[in-house]
Amino acid sequence: MNDVTTQSRRKFLKKAALGSAFAGGAFSLPVLTHSEELGFPENLPESMRVPGADFSNYGQPSEHEQGVIRWISANPAAPGNGVSWTPLHDLQGTITPNGLHYERHHNGVPEIDPAKHILLIDGMVDKPLSFDVKSLMRYPMVSRTCFIECGGNSNSGWRSNPIQSKVGYAHGLVSNAEWSGVPLKLLLKEAGIRPDAKWVIAEGADGSSLNISIPLEKLLDDAILALYQNGERIRPENGYPMRLVLPGWEGILNVKWLRQLRLTDQPAMSRDETSQYTELMPDGTARQFTFINEAKSLITSPSLGMMLPDNPGVYQISGLAWSGRGKITRVEISADGGDTWVDAELQGPVLDKAFTRFCLPWKWQGEYAILQSRSTDETGYVQPDRETLIKNRGKHGFFHYNAIVSWEITEEGDINHVYGYDF
Amino acid sequence: MSTAMTSNLIISIALLIFSSLCHADIVYQPLGKPAADISKQSEWNLTISPDGKNLPEGTGNAAQGAKIFALQCAACHGPEGVGGSADPVIGEVGSLASEYPEKTVNSYWPYATTLFDYIRRAMPIDRPFSLSADEVYALSAYILSQDGIIDAELDLTEKNLPQVTMPNRDGFISIYPD
Ligand code: HEC
Repeated sequence: MNDVTTQSRRKFLKKAALGSAFAGGAFSLPVLTHSEELGFPENLPESMRVPGADFSNYGQPSEHEQGVIRWISANPAAPGNGVSWTPLHDLQGTITPNGLHYERHHNGVPEIDPAKHILLIDGMVDKPLSFDVKSLMRYPMVSRTCFIECGGNSNSGWRSNPIQSKVGYAHGLVSNAEWSGVPLKLLLKEAGIRPDAKWVIAEGADGSSLNISIPLEKLLDDAILALYQNGERIRPENGYPMRLVLPGWEGILNVKWLRQLRLTDQPAMSRDETSQYTELMPDGTARQFTFINEAKSLITSPSLGMMLPDNPGVYQISGLAWSGRGKITRVEISADGGDTWVDAELQGPVLDKAFTRFCLPWKWQGEYAILQSRSTDETGYVQPDRETLIKNRGKHGFFHYNAIVSWEITEEGDINHVYGYDF
Repeated sequence: MSTAMTSNLIISIALLIFSSLCHADIVYQPLGKPAADISKQSEWNLTISPDGKNLPEGTGNAAQGAKIFALQCAACHGPEGVGGSADPVIGEVGSLASEYPEKTVNSYWPYATTLFDYIRRAMPIDRPFSLSADEVYALSAYILSQDGIIDAELDLTEKNLPQVTMPNRDGFISIYPD
């Protein structure tokens, strides 16, 4: 009785294994008929029949994922001046891997010996202080997951024709990481803040000595002098050995390779707070000190560069939403260019000033569609459509483009970037 | 004996933790080193604000600046400060409210002090901090004089640079705090 069961079970497994190889269609394995015991392992994948690779000191992505890269756009005459984009279309969840965090450098990635680097806090303080890396390591640290977004992210949206780039290569000057370091207020208070201090001029130790003015209020609120990024020391391209992290505020203010914080009563009017990172309005005036990245969202899948293989088929709409003003409270999805909206599910935990992943299953039956997402944050701010944004700001603002992004799905299942459609 | 010491220690640690939780105080050792001397050194006083503070002594005029510009800047910014791979720095004054606004140093920047600050720290991009103070005054004079913002004959110095009024001086509206 028992014996019979075992035998028929073996036969069944052998059949099933053969069957699946056949279904795979690639090749069929020779079957050893003289020994049941040997025939079975032969049908297992190679990876189960040989020892695997050795240990590694620092793990790398699979060789099958070599195409998942930051896209670099730099100035050929000054190769350290430019950006590299996070491939948002290739990623899931909310954390950006350190090697894929977006970059904006003004003059390359500096090589800094942490043993020689100091941070100077001076200006309107009772006693100017310097901090070396070793000392900072002894301070109480906080960890905070937040996005950092370049003020110039998505700026192709201002152009008259929709750019046909994958989502990460048009909107990927934003990334989300867990930053750990010393709350800045501890260090500022140690130096003793004078009552007339209102601004802080931050300066980086890179080849552009980037300097920019930040309201003291923000540094006393939730700013971090970050030493760690997703658990490991900050990568050189993200500010090693230390950078500012100002949750929710545009990238340029999150000064990398930080060397100095000078307290003042006036902003410095540096190049990157006047010539750049200000928004020209239709009347010729410019908005200045537009620090906060307002609510935004993107459907990362399906998105341009992908296609819908099955008609009819069920597709998991998935994307990212974030706001520099707080938590995302709602993301709605439209498949008809904004006429009707359905709430997407927000994947928890929904964190303050951090990426929130949203999802919604979608049954597609070959119809022409325009997929859009629209986010709302806890202040009640609703992400604008492109028309509204342009009505309010004109077409030459360049920075802080946060309009709804539209993906056109053709009857063939191809995906294009469009600016909208009247159904 | 040793058990008593251990439990005493635990109690004092417990108290410390307890008290820090109660008062929301963060317990840490301040480790900043006095840095009044460093703070005075010129390499820690790079930022030049609109009042001209931190401008080094020096002088330079447009004719001198034109020569330096041709040699050290034109390759990227174009021979007349326009039309290169890098941002245009000259021209387009008055274009900001038009249909095709162009942001150049002369059309857009609100303060001339920023020009000195930025050229010295960041340009030429392949050799930052390679220019002398006189050369930076000369380059600033050249750029500003091209649109008549200063007289072509003027010797620009640490004294008169902060007094230059840029065409778009009042063009910026602060959004913070809104
Ligand atoms: C190798 C190319 C190169 C050379 C040479 C060069 N620059 Fe630049 N310059 C750039 C680039 C690239 C930028 C933009 C930098 C950025 O955005 O971070 C720039 C920006 C500037 C700006 C700011 C423009 C704006 O509107 O914000 C000024 C002013 C400037 N350069 C002046 C000079 C001067 C003066 C020289 C000569 C002493 C010079 N540059 C030499 C490449 C160059």
